[in-house]
Amino acid sequence: MVKRVAIVGIGTTGFRPVTPDVSFRELIFEAARKAYSDAGIEPSEIGGFVTAAEDFLEGYSIADEYCPDQIGAVLKPTQTIPGDFLHALATGYMMIMTGAFKTVAIEAHSKASNVKTIDDMMGFALDPVYNRPLRETPHAIAGLEMTRYMFETCTSSEQCAKVVVKNRGNAMRNPYAAFAAELTEKDVLGSEPVSLPLHRLDIAQHADGAVVAVLADDQTAQALGGTPIWIDGIGWCTDTPTLEMRDWGEAAYARIAAEMAYRMAGIANPRGLVDFAEICDEYSYKELQHMEALKFCNRGEAADMLESGATSLQGELPVNISGGALGVGHLFEASGAHKILELVEQLRGHAGARQIPDVNIGLAQVWRGVPTATGAVAILSNM
Amino acid sequence: MKLEDYELGGTHLRSSDFEKGKVLTTAWQPNLAYAWDNGVAIGRYLAELKEGRIVARVCHSCNRIMIPPRMFCELCFKPTDEWRYVKDTGTVNTFSVAHVNWDASRRGPKEPPLIPAVIEIDGASPGMGILHMLGGVSPNGITVGMRVEAVWKKPGERTGAITDILYFKPIRAAAAKSPRAAGKAKAGRKPAATRARSKR
Ligand SMILES: [Zn+2]
Repeated sequence: MVKRVAIVGIGTTGFRPVTPDVSFRELIFEAARKAYSDAGIEPSEIGGFVTAAEDFLEGYSIADEYCPDQIGAVLKPTQTIPGDFLHALATGYMMIMTGAFKTVAIEAHSKASNVKTIDDMMGFALDPVYNRPLRETPHAIAGLEMTRYMFETCTSSEQCAKVVVKNRGNAMRNPYAAFAAELTEKDVLGSEPVSLPLHRLDIAQHADGAVVAVLADDQTAQALGGTPIWIDGIGWCTDTPTLEMRDWGEAAYARIAAEMAYRMAGIANPRGLVDFAEICDEYSYKELQHMEALKFCNRGEAADMLESGATSLQGELPVNISGGALGVGHLFEASGAHKILELVEQLRGHAGARQIPDVNIGLAQVWRGVPTATGAVAILSNM
Repeated sequence: MKLEDYELGGTHLRSSDFEKGKVLTTAWQPNLAYAWDNGVAIGRYLAELKEGRIVARVCHSCNRIMIPPRMFCELCFKPTDEWRYVKDTGTVNTFSVAHVNWDASRRGPKEPPLIPAVIEIDGASPGMGILHMLGGVSPNGITVGMRVEAVWKKPGERTGAITDILYFKPIRAAAAKSPRAAGKAKAGRKPAATRARSKR
């Protein structure tokens, strides 16, 4: 019987604002080839494949049909999840736990630079009958949430700006990151207003890139050698899509997804047990809101925790040491993929200049972006 | 509660209600624009089409000559090894006679049907080639296994697109010598069909 599932290989292209030199197929092939070489396995030996993609992002209908070639999945069991990489990871985890698959490869990518009307596409996700006719920018959804979050928790715009300064600064140590920068709070608060309280620099910019991971059951992982990184917990959750009814202050979807993952991993005290975390910061305030949902602190205390330095590289619970979405880039369905990549590199001790010392347990959390209220959490360990 | 109590109701509608505008609907025209990066393989493929040439990629592991070209072999899962020019002639693998346009509108009485076909290109591995249109031929005159050649746009009109080839037409000169085109369709059908899948 399968007891545990491990990540036994991972590969990436890194992340760049544009990738005009390669097609999405060539981009994904690079990540896949590196992942299979890292795992010491050929795709012909892999039992199943799960990709995460969304048709409107790809610009194809039935985009899942275009995934096999570049991941080596031709004439193999393959499926696509219309969600984040973490949803695909959860699916691969379950496939292996059934005992029917010894190995599963998971893929997600972003070719956001090829979508020329991203804001229109995001607006197209709003309810067409009673929301979209108002022609609000999709960023206004985040603006509404930021206002309510700051109101309920007594958090200020200056404190949210500190998230941007920290994460884009962290990205300076990450060779994969597309948007590393030395900024000040003044830069953030002085950038153009988008949908206040959101300024331009509060919003993560899109980047291109691909990540592929190989999962294996415990026996196969041990046989392959290397440093297996274990999936100890995974959870996912969606709130009502109705903008008029959802909880605007608290990220309930993240809290419940985390509770599911913590239960599975046997973690009762996250702040004491989680060594570091890569969490969704696609808008600056989201990092603070998500820290509270993940129970790293009580409600209303995330900004204090940030200002105390507890979430910095030297702090007790480093958050988004990779640079997060603000520093690495917003990767759409590959957002969770980048976070898992960072967890694996840190837990293997391969994170170079940004290596956090003595880490055993890492947490990855994603949100699917406006206008969704969907999130997922994964907890990985190297023990 | 009875199951019927869970039915949310609504009003039964007649077509006249729609015609009189009594039924409200919401319409939206999405503004979606994409510019796909062609990448290394398809980028060169299109650049060569602009020059009136067809280029393939070769994998030295499985020895397939692939068209459309690709920078990686999906079966060997490694980078492909070299470029190779192939001919602009080939053999019809399969075809269809379309009496409707791509948007499903019916073609007019004076418009000839469109004939999409998969053409196995000479010089590429069996079963590989180009999905294109047949032209200069009556729908009744087409057979699987028929020999065809590309009809190109004039050099100055080419843009680096698959439409730089206007269509493929039967090779008339060869027709007189070819036993397949001389009415022995069955003889031509079999080899093309079996060759197409043999590599899998
Ligand atoms: Zn090959």
